Amino acid sequence: MTVKLEVQSLYKVFGDRPKQALAMLAEGLTKEDVFQKTGQNVGVKDACLSINKGEIFVIMGLSGSGKSTLVRLLNRLIEPSAGKVLLDGEDISAMSDNQLRELRLKRISMVFQSFALMPHLNVMENVCFGLSLAGMPQDQQVQKASAALAQVGLAEHGNSYPDELSGGMQQRVGLARALAIDPEVLLMDEAFSALDPLIRAGMQDELLQLQAQKQRTIVFISHDLDEAMRIGDRIAIMQGGEVVQVGTPEDILHKPANDYVRSFFRGVNLAQVYSAKDIAKKPSTLIVRKHPKMGVATAINQLQENDREFGYVITPDRQWLGLVSLSSLVKADQKDQTLDSALLADAATLGADEPISEIIGSVATSAFALPVVDAKQQFIGVVSKTALLQSLDGDTSS
Amino acid sequence: MINQDQITLAQATDPWGNPVASDEESSLLMQQDSSVLDPWGQSSSEPIPPQDSVATAGSWLDGIEQAPEVQNTLAEPFAAPWFDMRAIINDFVAVVVRQTRDFFDITKQPVEWVLDFFAWLLSSGLHPLIFILLFALLCWQLSGWKLAIGAVVGLVFLGAMNVWDEAMITLALVLSALFFCLIIGIPLGILMSKSDRFAGFLRPVLDAMQTTPAFVYLVPVVMLFGIGRIPGVIVTIIFSVPPLIRLTNLGIRQVPDDLVEASRSFGASARQILWRVQLPLATPTIMAGVNQALMLSLSMVVIASMIAVPGLGLMVLRGIGRLDVGLATVGGLAIVILAILLDRMTQSLGREARERGTRHWYQTGPIGWSLSLLQTLKSK
Ligand SMILES: Nc1ncnc2c1ncn2[C@@H]1O[C@H](COP(=O)(O)OP(=O)(O)OP(=O)(O)O)[C@@H](O)[C@H]1O
Ligand SMILES: [Mg+2]
Repeated sequence: MTVKLEVQSLYKVFGDRPKQALAMLAEGLTKEDVFQKTGQNVGVKDACLSINKGEIFVIMGLSGSGKSTLVRLLNRLIEPSAGKVLLDGEDISAMSDNQLRELRLKRISMVFQSFALMPHLNVMENVCFGLSLAGMPQDQQVQKASAALAQVGLAEHGNSYPDELSGGMQQRVGLARALAIDPEVLLMDEAFSALDPLIRAGMQDELLQLQAQKQRTIVFISHDLDEAMRIGDRIAIMQGGEVVQVGTPEDILHKPANDYVRSFFRGVNLAQVYSAKDIAKKPSTLIVRKHPKMGVATAINQLQENDREFGYVITPDRQWLGLVSLSSLVKADQKDQTLDSALLADAATLGADEPISEIIGSVATSAFALPVVDAKQQFIGVVSKTALLQSLDGDTSS
Repeated sequence: MINQDQITLAQATDPWGNPVASDEESSLLMQQDSSVLDPWGQSSSEPIPPQDSVATAGSWLDGIEQAPEVQNTLAEPFAAPWFDMRAIINDFVAVVVRQTRDFFDITKQPVEWVLDFFAWLLSSGLHPLIFILLFALLCWQLSGWKLAIGAVVGLVFLGAMNVWDEAMITLALVLSALFFCLIIGIPLGILMSKSDRFAGFLRPVLDAMQTTPAFVYLVPVVMLFGIGRIPGVIVTIIFSVPPLIRLTNLGIRQVPDDLVEASRSFGASARQILWRVQLPLATPTIMAGVNQALMLSLSMVVIASMIAVPGLGLMVLRGIGRLDVGLATVGGLAIVILAILLDRMTQSLGREARERGTRHWYQTGPIGWSLSLLQTLKSK
């Protein structure tokens, strides 16, 4: 995993005497102190991040916590007061105007919350905007823009004007405009916040699909936790201009760094956040079939000892084989057959990434704890009714 | 409706020659016997060269008689001037004028070229009927067929009232003034929108320009440029350029910040932002400024006639001078007709083509019509 974007102790002070404010911050004063004493507004304070190539990195925080400022420091729409931003090891904050323009023309593009489409240009011309700034020949522009429009499903709307489109469609145009230049890094400042929940979910899916086709580095700002959990590979939480925690959604959920972070998760719909693999546990009756000819005796033994009706059969390398019940084992034992022939025919399994909200029904109606397997048929664990209820109660630690 | 003979006759005469003497048919202007009452009769000939201007200005602007000898006493301390302020200023101005004459003569040059071009185009370059046709087509293209019909009716009416020549002179003056307003006003407006400091400097200047009564401009302009049609254009430019500067500035500043930010985020340079985003989005506002400048120049035309600018304004001024209501009304009516036509034309420029239900300007009006005709001919 290579680091694409690196942010090294980045500061942004809004005001006319940033030096003074920086010195005060270095002495350990807080953002509020500095504002009271000097009137200088600290937008971002000592931010350190490393964003990996190909990941969706979500920045979260309350209003005014400096998210927009931070993301605009990444492509230097705002000049940093101190610190560095490195793209592939190259310092963006030290670039000349021409280098910076080159960078924005070819490598970094941005999607805005307010869409920021040009009202006097039609959709096609809007998508061509970045390309035409770079002076690309007209036919190539149209070709690339058409491809980008097709990617977001708006191929037929090239001749419409932005004010003729719905909010969701406008934001897709914004996304297509950013994708058209085929950027390495995509910055999205609350790109979906202005959309209604249904369209927003659709756009999130679309973004994930685009990401599956071609892995870009995406920095996504959101103040919606569900959205962050859904699309984020990693999340950074900002508070008062500082980055207080960085980690995978599960990390942050399980080990919040402070009360501010914890408070974020209070209203979270856990059934959406957790997936089957998060609550799967090792069953007490895990039967390892050492070789295909293996008999049923040990299995019967194991079930009886634990006083269980069902057993989960896997190979030594955790490949999922199937479910056996005490009665099917006994039947096989009477006919002197192998363990394989005792496997139940119609045993259901759960996918590792199925969210809990989707599996509640099948777990509740099943007579046994349902096995969870991943895409490669590797056995992960089982989800019992008890485990499910516990997870919904917010208690996953046990 | 049009008296063809009259038009050709009017065409044949030199538009800048003394209209009083040359145009025999023009009975409205033709009251030679009253020229004694007419203080402006002489000055409507060739503009008086600047060399003479100070002296001339002295003689014909001098309305105040010399006060009789009085002495200041303690009882009446202000009966006589303590020092001759008027003489000081006049001497000062005389020096300034002498020193700067060459400079102002040079600045007059481009104005004269442009004015001569428009005057030639409107008076002798184009036959009146062809002019009416072209004007109507332009109205149709810019606004619609209704305005085109209005233009034909209005212009023919001008000809029928026998003020065609004067109207063309006035139109030439106004168009020249507009030309300079555009090349001065739009760049200044852009500069003003780019630099807060420049805006802070220019704003009080514009305030002063807009609150100063129009008459007051005449004095310094006459002193520096003399009298005649070129100083007339210059005074018109000064009078009508402020709203264009202001509205250009306003239009650019009104472009939403997020659009400018988005352009920057895609690597647009300052110039690209100006040309591709700010100016297109400011166009309706700038066009409102153009419209304002045009209307102000038309209204300045009457006032400018006081410094011997020929055209419709002079008719009005003469009418007032002689208490000839008919003459003044004819001139005024002609100005109003021109004003309405020019106003409607430029107002429609500010509206987007899309608001009128079409996508591009070349899809409407006579051009769109002929293009579609061409298409159908080709397909046959
Ligand atoms: N141009 C500016 N001048 C002065 N202060 C600014 C400027 N832009 C932002 N700030 C300040 O910086 C801080 C962070 O603002 P920022 O816009 O980054 O917040 P945010 O996290 O994006 O909030 P939101 O969720 O509302 O968009 C705020 O305190 C704000 O007042
Ligand atoms: Mg923000």
